[in-house]
Amino acid sequence: MSVKEAEGQVSPPSDDRTPRRSGESHARGWRGVGWGFIVKLILVALVNAFGVMVVISAFRVESWFILGAMIVLVAAVDVVYFTRRALPLKYLLPGLIFLLAFQVFIFGYTAYIAFTNYGTGHAGTQEQAVEAALIQGERRVENSPTYPLAVVERGLGELGFAINDDGTVLVGSELEPLSEVGEMGAGAPTDVPGWTIVERSRLLSDQALQQTVIDLRVPVSDDPNDGSIRSRDGSSGAVYESTLVWDEQAQTITDTTDGTVYHATDRGSFVADDGSSLPAGWFVGVGFDNFVKIFTDPRLAEPLLLVAAWTFVFAILSVLVPFALGLLFALVFNDPRVRGRRVLRTLFILPYAFPVFLSALVFRGMFNAEFGVINDLFFFGANINWLGDPWLARFAVLFVNVWLSFPYWFLVCTGALQAIPTDALEAAEIDGAGRFRRFWSIILPLLLVSTAPLAIASFAVGFNNFTVIYLFNNGGPPIPGAPYGLGYTDILISAIYDISGVSGGAADFGLASALAIVVFIVVGVIAAISFRQTRRLEEFQ
Amino acid sequence: MRKHIGTGIAVLATAALLAGCSSAGEDTDSGEQAIDGEGQTLTIWVDENREPAVEAAAATFEEETGATVELVQKNFDDIRNDFIAQVPTGDGPDITVGAHDWLGALVAAGVVNTIDLGDKASEFEQVAIDAMTYEGQLYALPYSLETLALIQNVDLVGEEAPTTWDEMIEVGLASGAERPFVISTNGQTGDGYLMYGFQTSFGAPVFVQDSSGSYTTEVGMGGAAGEAFATWLGANGEAGTGYISTTVDYAINNELFNSGAAPFTVQGPWAIGEYTDVNVAVNPIPSAGGEEAAPFVGVQGFYLSSQSENTLLANEFLVNYLGTEDAQRALYEADPRIPAWSTLAEEVAEDPIIAGFLASSQAGVPMPSIPEMGSVWDYWNAAESQIITGQDPVSTWNTMITELSAAVAG
Repeated sequence: MSVKEAEGQVSPPSDDRTPRRSGESHARGWRGVGWGFIVKLILVALVNAFGVMVVISAFRVESWFILGAMIVLVAAVDVVYFTRRALPLKYLLPGLIFLLAFQVFIFGYTAYIAFTNYGTGHAGTQEQAVEAALIQGERRVENSPTYPLAVVERGLGELGFAINDDGTVLVGSELEPLSEVGEMGAGAPTDVPGWTIVERSRLLSDQALQQTVIDLRVPVSDDPNDGSIRSRDGSSGAVYESTLVWDEQAQTITDTTDGTVYHATDRGSFVADDGSSLPAGWFVGVGFDNFVKIFTDPRLAEPLLLVAAWTFVFAILSVLVPFALGLLFALVFNDPRVRGRRVLRTLFILPYAFPVFLSALVFRGMFNAEFGVINDLFFFGANINWLGDPWLARFAVLFVNVWLSFPYWFLVCTGALQAIPTDALEAAEIDGAGRFRRFWSIILPLLLVSTAPLAIASFAVGFNNFTVIYLFNNGGPPIPGAPYGLGYTDILISAIYDISGVSGGAADFGLASALAIVVFIVVGVIAAISFRQTRRLEEFQ
Repeated sequence: MRKHIGTGIAVLATAALLAGCSSAGEDTDSGEQAIDGEGQTLTIWVDENREPAVEAAAATFEEETGATVELVQKNFDDIRNDFIAQVPTGDGPDITVGAHDWLGALVAAGVVNTIDLGDKASEFEQVAIDAMTYEGQLYALPYSLETLALIQNVDLVGEEAPTTWDEMIEVGLASGAERPFVISTNGQTGDGYLMYGFQTSFGAPVFVQDSSGSYTTEVGMGGAAGEAFATWLGANGEAGTGYISTTVDYAINNELFNSGAAPFTVQGPWAIGEYTDVNVAVNPIPSAGGEEAAPFVGVQGFYLSSQSENTLLANEFLVNYLGTEDAQRALYEADPRIPAWSTLAEEVAEDPIIAGFLASSQAGVPMPSIPEMGSVWDYWNAAESQIITGQDPVSTWNTMITELSAAVAG
């Protein structure tokens, strides 16, 4: 569009019959009815409304990161769609936003977790860990009866508990231990001299008050070791004693029963001098620890090396074998002498049409040593342990993956073969090149030009082919003595799944994220190198 | 920082759906003792099966208090991790349904609050209260038990329950069925949970229990007792008699039992629904090693979040609305498991199948809920799987004990 022409003109909405200046975008045009601009205005207004709504919601749940990100995004949308300069961005912005939200953010967040010890026992902040320790350290005194209780108040909101101890009414507050104030029958105290009873209805409709009542501890006597009354429901109380004391200055938690002092460590847990620790920890940054652990922890490194090696073998063979097989069938069915090619081609594409989830499970049953159809039919009932032997299990899972993916290569190669110019082949034939020579020097190089990038993509998919591995044998059979239940057919991605503890067991999100980043780097580097190599193939064009 | 990022991009997409905060209810102090929870919201996570029952208790609660109860239906298997991940960010529920063996992990994550049932505790089966107790503190309101038992095909072997493994095999062989006994090993993965009854009959518990019955972190499967169990497992594995085989997973196990190919199996109450074609009787697991077989007992209950903003209200709901016979009955009817409420358990024990599981549970031990249990499964299952496939039982088992002890020690 001619920016210069439109620049600086505030064109008043003119007569309907004036044609729109040629070259001006519909979305800018004010001539004519100006529908284009109105539609744009409505669309951007909707986007803005949605953005403002998210900002308000984010403000309510105090999610500052999302609030900030949303303000920036909405501002960006407005600037891009209402200035004249950012024309390319008008097309790119929606995609960019989704790229940021669903790729860059996720990768960044994974990287962030990889440098922490987030996982079992390190789930929250230190404040929450202390809170949990204090909750866990507070015990009901054995044999303490449950007293009917009323929450009472006096003066400027000083709260206290009044309890009925076998007909004796006792009352106290945080600063004042329990003292006797009267007698009554059964039930919660209803009349406490000097205090007003806080109605239960008021108690339960006021969140702040609830929290105060939950946190209120009324000492039984002047001696703190006698414990204190606490209430969990505002209508009954019992004597509790706290065994753990938090000292914020010194960053220690002391166990008053045996005097053990737990120090906060920079690894996010409370550890005593004798090495014992409190159950609840918090998550902290641990630098490169997780990455170091992957390569140096002897119990983890060895199985992981095995898993990594198998991952490469599996990924490479999952490309080469189906490619060779698919190409073979493509060549065969490309020959006009084959009868019923259409029907046969359709049949060969069938495995590709079945969902992986179904076929992996079906194969799992078929490979079953005792009940499976493969041993029964093809090996005359021999008891071949397909799933229990490391090498046989690897062969079986590869077989399944080849069966699932060769039709894809069959399709791709069929298409690529038909695109190869026949004159080159005819010329070669006239020059006396044999069938094999024609294939090796003309067909294959030309074929690779279009299929090599697909092979790289397929390698990346095979490298992270969680579905087949997980469904077929769940990574089994297990490697003896390996942690996290790693198995001989586990690939890195299923190992990450096991380590993350999503399926139960101990979770170590930090370690799983670190491993995920290693995998990302490996796949990225291999893909980058391969794409460089494929450029050479284009010389054949 | 996590709090702000951790809520994730999902919020971007779903922010529109986020419920607004409550406006503080008008404080109408009418002087009567009716609770007025107007404007307060309790969020409860339940799974599909239990939702209707909790719904009923929640309706009563809403009616009587004026508070709002929001039920969020979740997949049971996701609850543990989601609860641990979301409570610290402030997005978690006030109450969630859960299994007792999560307790250690929940305590380590600091996401659960202790509860005090007071005198109500005596209304529950002791094993259920014990299971929900961690280091002397009660953390959940229990409501049901589940355990494994010996399920037998009445038409093939009669009602008579075998008391030992050898007797069971003998009866099974005499019945003329294809195989005397079948048990799932979850394919190649191995299943220490299902085998545990046989393992404890050799006196090899997974962790040593102290005098009060709580589990210590000392692995108890080693030594002569563990080796005896491993030897027995190998002798009945694929290299031995072949009664226990890694070719059997849950589905195949149920298929074999239901078709009459095997007269005996060890399974839990969840599998009973699969056995539509046979008449079954349920009995305690027979002993393989001379001592009483003690399978794991699992307990389900309701946990209270440590970060709840309505602790009092949540407590009220938990103890006085879910901790009642009516509510427990509704839960039983919605999802028939052995009730943890004693009088109810006696009542439903008239059903012979439930009675069989109940009898088995009385011999059982609670599944350890210490966080260390999380690292046990993988090693333990794998070792059993290897022994069954014919690797040397004693050395495989001892290797596992060594690795496991190292992992547990951190």
